[in-house]
This record gives sequence, C-alpha cells and structure tokens, in this order.
Amino acid sequence: MKNTFIPVLAGAVVAMTAVSAANAATLDDVKKKGFVQCGVSTGLAGFSNPDDKGEWTGLDVDYCRAVASAIFDDPKAVKFSPLSAKERFTALQSGEVDILSRNTTWTMSRDTQMGLAFVGVTYYDGQGFMIPKSLGVSSAKEIDGASVCVQTGTTTELNLSDYFKANGMTFNPVVLEKLEEVNAAYDAGRCDVYTTDASGLYAIRLTMSKPDDHMVLPEIISKEPLGPAVRQGDDQWFALNKWVYFALLNAEEMGITQANVEEMKTSENPNIKRLLGVDGDFGASVGLSADWAVKVIKGVGNYGEIFARNVGTETPLGIERGQNALWTEGGLQYAPPVR
Amino acid sequence: MAVQNETGDPPAKSRGGSVPSFVYDPVVRGYVFQFLLAAVLVWLAWDIASNTAENLQRANIASGFGFFDDRAGFEIAQSLITYSSDSSYGDAFIVGLLNTLLIAVLGIIFATIIGFLVGIARLAPNWMLRKVATVYVEIFRNIPVLLQLLFWYKAVLSVLPQPRNGIEMPFGANLSNRGMIIPRFIPQDGFAIVVIGFAIAVVAAIVIARWAHARQMATGQQFKTMRVVLALIIGVPVLLYLVTGMPLEVEYPVLTGFNFRGGIALKPEFIALLLGLSIYTAAFIAEIVRAGIKAVSWGQSEAAYALGIRPSLTTRLVVIPQAMRVIIPPLTSQFLNLTKNSSLAVAIGYPDLVSVFSGTVLNQTGQAVEVIIITMAVYLTLSLSTAAFMNWFNSRMRLVER
Ligand SMILES: N[C@@H](CCC(=O)N[C@@H](CS)C(=O)NCC(=O)O)C(=O)O
Repeated sequence: MKNTFIPVLAGAVVAMTAVSAANAATLDDVKKKGFVQCGVSTGLAGFSNPDDKGEWTGLDVDYCRAVASAIFDDPKAVKFSPLSAKERFTALQSGEVDILSRNTTWTMSRDTQMGLAFVGVTYYDGQGFMIPKSLGVSSAKEIDGASVCVQTGTTTELNLSDYFKANGMTFNPVVLEKLEEVNAAYDAGRCDVYTTDASGLYAIRLTMSKPDDHMVLPEIISKEPLGPAVRQGDDQWFALNKWVYFALLNAEEMGITQANVEEMKTSENPNIKRLLGVDGDFGASVGLSADWAVKVIKGVGNYGEIFARNVGTETPLGIERGQNALWTEGGLQYAPPVR
Repeated sequence: MAVQNETGDPPAKSRGGSVPSFVYDPVVRGYVFQFLLAAVLVWLAWDIASNTAENLQRANIASGFGFFDDRAGFEIAQSLITYSSDSSYGDAFIVGLLNTLLIAVLGIIFATIIGFLVGIARLAPNWMLRKVATVYVEIFRNIPVLLQLLFWYKAVLSVLPQPRNGIEMPFGANLSNRGMIIPRFIPQDGFAIVVIGFAIAVVAAIVIARWAHARQMATGQQFKTMRVVLALIIGVPVLLYLVTGMPLEVEYPVLTGFNFRGGIALKPEFIALLLGLSIYTAAFIAEIVRAGIKAVSWGQSEAAYALGIRPSLTTRLVVIPQAMRVIIPPLTSQFLNLTKNSSLAVAIGYPDLVSVFSGTVLNQTGQAVEVIIITMAVYLTLSLSTAAFMNWFNSRMRLVER
C-alpha cells in the first residue's frame, strides 16, 4: 500500500485495499481463519438450501464441504453466505467469499471481464420454462405474448430475450431481484411463465402452493454449465479447487465411495494409489496433505453419491444423471488423471 | 517567499527572528488552510480513484465506460422510449432514468394532493373527519415504506383476477393482475392543430390573468378570471377537436392469447409503487400542512374577519400564503425523500434506474464501480435540482416585508 502516511486516511484507504488483499494466498487465509467462506444461493432445493435445522445441504454446498474436507479434514468447516444472483459476483470479487458455489453459469464474459475463474462444471444444465397446467400449453413455441417471471442478474434474462426474438414472439418481462419474490409473483399468477435453469425449475416447482398444477415445458433453450468459481490471480487456490472437483469425479470412476475409501487404500490399482496418496505426494503441490483425496471422499463421498443424495431420482427433485453421468456411462463428466 | 535576500541568507535569520506579518493575517491564513484542505481532498479523491483502478486491473475486472454502447440483450417491462433487447446499455440507462422520473413526478403530485387534503382534514371541525385523518397519518407514517410497498404489491396482485376474468372498466379499460389496461389514443393528421390551439389558449389565459390582477390592483375592480381561464383552456381545444373532425383514433385493449394487446398497460408494479410512495409520503406532508396552518396565529383570521373578508377568502388570501412559508422548506425534504425512496422499486420489480441499471446492467457487465458511481450521481443531481427548484419557489412565496 502506498501513501499511508496520514493516519486519518487509513480507514478510507483500507476500504480500497480489499481487492488487493483478496489476491493474496487464499489458502493461507482460509487455514488461518479455520473455515472456508462459501457463497451459495438464498435457497434452491437440491443445490443449496438450509434444512429445517438450519444446516445447508445440496450439490453446490457439498462441493464447498469437499474443499473444507481437503483442507481441514472436516466437511463442517464451512461458513455459508446466501447470495442473490445480483450480489454473487461482487461478493467473490471483494473477497467476502472464498468460493462461489451457487448454480452459476460459466460464460465467457464472466470468465474474462469479471475477474472470475471457473473451476469446472459440476452440473450441466439448460434453461427451460415452467407454466401452470391450466394454461393448456404444451410447447414453448405457444407462449407468444406471455408475461414471464425472471430473476435479475442471470443469464436467464438474456437467453429469454434471445429465444423470443429468434422465434418471432414477444413477452412481458417481470423482473425481480429476490428468488422468493419471483416465486411469489408466479404463484400469485402475475406471470404465465417462469423461466430459469431446468434444475432450478424442478426445485422451484416444489415450493409452489400446488406443485402438481405446474409443469416444465420440454424445450431447453440454452446451455447452462453450472460450476463453482474462484477469484483470478491465485493459481494455487484455483488448482486446489479444480482438483477437489476432479477427485470427486475420479473417485466415482474408480468406484471409491465414502464407505469403502479406507479399504481402497490397499488397492493394487496404481491410479487409485496415486489418487489416495498411497503412492506419491500430489497434495503438497496445492498446499494439501498426501491423503487429501481420502479426506474429501470421507467427508462428502464421490460425485455420484453427492448427486444421488441431493438431486437424484431418489430425492424429491428426481433428476436423472443424463448429461451429468460420467463419460464412461455416456455422460459429460470427465476428469483429468492424477499423475 | 516575498522577501528576497541578496546574500542568500535565510530571511528569517537576517531579520533577527521576526516573522513577516502576513503569517498572522487571519485572511491569508484562512486562504492557506482552505487551500490545504482542498489539496488534501483532491489528493484523497485521486488516491481512491487510482487505487480502485489499479485493484480492478489486478483482479482482471474490466473498467471504463465503453460498455454504454454495447448491446443490452435484455428486455425491460416498461419504457417511455423505444427500447428492445437490441438497444444499448446506454438506452437501458435512459429507460430506467425516465421510469424513475415518472414515478417521482407522479408520486410528488399525488402525495401533495393527498397530503394537503389529509392535513386540512386534521383541522376540520368535523370530529369523524379529524379522527380518520389522524388514524391515516399515524398508520402510514409509522410503518417502514418497504413493507408498505410489498403490502401494496401483494394486495394488488391478490385482489385482482387473471386477465381472462379481468374486470371491465368504463371506456373500454380492463383491470386484472396484469394491471390496468386503458385505451390508447393515437393522434391522426390535424391533431397538431388541437395541440397548438391548446398552447395558445394557455398563453392567452396567463395574459388575461395578469391583466386582471393588474387591473384589480389599480382600480379594485374584480374580474371573473377563473371562469374565463377555464373556458379558454378547455373550450378552445374541444372546439378545435370537433372542428377538425375528431382526429384521434382509439385503440382498445383486446385479450389475445395470454395477455392484452393494444392499449396502455399500467402494470401492477407501477400501481403498487405509486400507491405506496404517495400514501406514505402524504402522511408526512399532512403533518407539515397541519403545522403550517397552525403556525398562522388566529389573530390573522380574526383581523381579516373584522375587515369583513369572507372565511373562504380569508383562508385563501390570508392564512394559506402565510402557512406556505412554513410548509415549503420541509415539503422539499419530503419530495427528496419520495424521489430517493422510489429506488425501493427494485423490491417489487418496477423497472426504475436502480433495478435496470444498477441491477441488470451492473450484473451483465460486472462493472459495479462505474455503475454505482453513475447511479449515485443521478440521484444527487435529481435531489439537488428538486431542492433548487423548491428554493426558487420558496423565495417567490416568501412574505414580502416592508
Ligand atoms: N445459471 C444462471 C441462473 C442462476 C440463478 O441465479 N438462478 C436463480 C433461479 S433458479 C437462483 O438460483 N436464485 C437463487 C437465489 O437468488 O438465491 C446464471 O448463472 O446466471
């Protein structure tokens, strides 16, 4: 920091240094404070949602718990900051959160102009439409002239305009900032259509006063690769986050689960031995212990387990693996090897 | 400084420690300190700006104002200018700004009308009226305005039916939870004549009013100004409208598919915001009006009555002008409050400046610093202009002391 000779000004100047401070080694900061500060949504079932005991659950939440497990061997060493779509990037840029794990679409402008670095795609999604069944509509091509509820500060807002324009249709946007306000407006009949990521639609449908009165239209109008993001300029933290995600995928691919991870340590498979730190010390290069992946899997399970627990067919959301299956099963989830 | 010494010795020393007198001159000192303070402020502003720019660059966050020309890509629910997703972020800014101005101007008008009525009602001889006005003031003044806005929005939405079951209103208007859809008047050829006629009538009315006033001052003769002026302002345009063959086409709203086509939609968000802000601010204005009227001593009215002036004229010519002196300055702060409170529009989805510009535009461009600075500058400008206007108005209403 320059020009700090006038103590009176220190306060003002400190405020301006938040960003540069955030550029310092995040891992050291995290270790010092003893927990990971994780930015999540204000409540989206299956992805990040506080349960009735106030514990956060969901796929996005479990990713942060995985990172915490890798560092502290404790999936509970996380504090969550609920963020609206509009608040989320500022929260990450300013250093208020260490990770943004909040159904955020990886786009070029976010990746290049906003100082974010996307870790990977933890959920392949696309934008859809939900309507009340009573409207008697079966395709998104039939919603010309509809009022559409949408949340501010999302890719959704832009895709919506593109889609209607491309199909020569018009719509009346009802744009609200808070998720619960959008939900309430749709539930009250202020709009005919609700649009957001398909996964979000399934989650939001469950919060409606009569979920069965609503249906999701078959059209998917965009690509929404959702994933966690960190700040640019801290390569170690970026690499750590990437490899935690890869470890979750690799573990599923190798059949390592929360239950069998200890016995897998005795496996003869060289890939498994490297991942679990039996052979080599890959953790050290990202500031972790050799058995970092063991801690991750013990803490939260592998990717498949996280998926099944939070959004899978056994849950109220009932989402199929589809594109989110491993590449070996015809899906898109693929991780580089530990080598 | 001013003292030059041929030998190069420091002047203070050569003068045996005496200090030039201007060091003790309070005027000079004043300037020096003012200058130092200004320098520190400028340096501070510069330091903050350069630090911010540096930090943004280090964090790889885009900066600058180039984004204004980029394609916006999103739609806005209500726009006073032609706007589509192909317009620029700059256009989106203007749309938001105009929507803010619209709500501020209409809100100020409604709040003032309601406020004056309620304020006067609080002093009315009628017990019932007085109590109703008191209850109004106490309720709306004491509940946070954000809650009131949410209440009106929820109320508007839950009371109104779906468009299919919309309530038919007079003149082809329709009321549903998509808002109040009123017919749109589309001017045809020849309508310009009506507009020009109206403008001329207004000018003529002003001239007549001045003449009548001057005549009354000089001769004491009264003139029925009100009637003549009204006849001019209403009569002339109506006459011209009929003569030119009614050059207005009416576009009625029709229900097609999901929503109404045609007509002008006053959206629920707009109605709720206007209601909420007007009703809330009116409660404060009512108190200001009441205080203003009470501040005029009873002796003034008594004196007027003693001169044989009728009660209604007494109120209009004696009490109100004096009350206005007391009312206007605090009224100004209420107008400013209403304008600033209009930024709560974002909570109920009315596309004002905060919602469109420091909401959507900020998020799509990621340029928080620029967007927030511009937004703050806009509100500052709006407030300062309102205050300047009200100061001017105040100086006109001031009691001329002789
Ligand atoms: N993936 C989109 C949309 C993400 C988004 O914000 N979705 C909404 C609706 S599903 C949401 O999760 N809101 C939760 C909240 O605001 O707390 C994006 O990154 O822009």
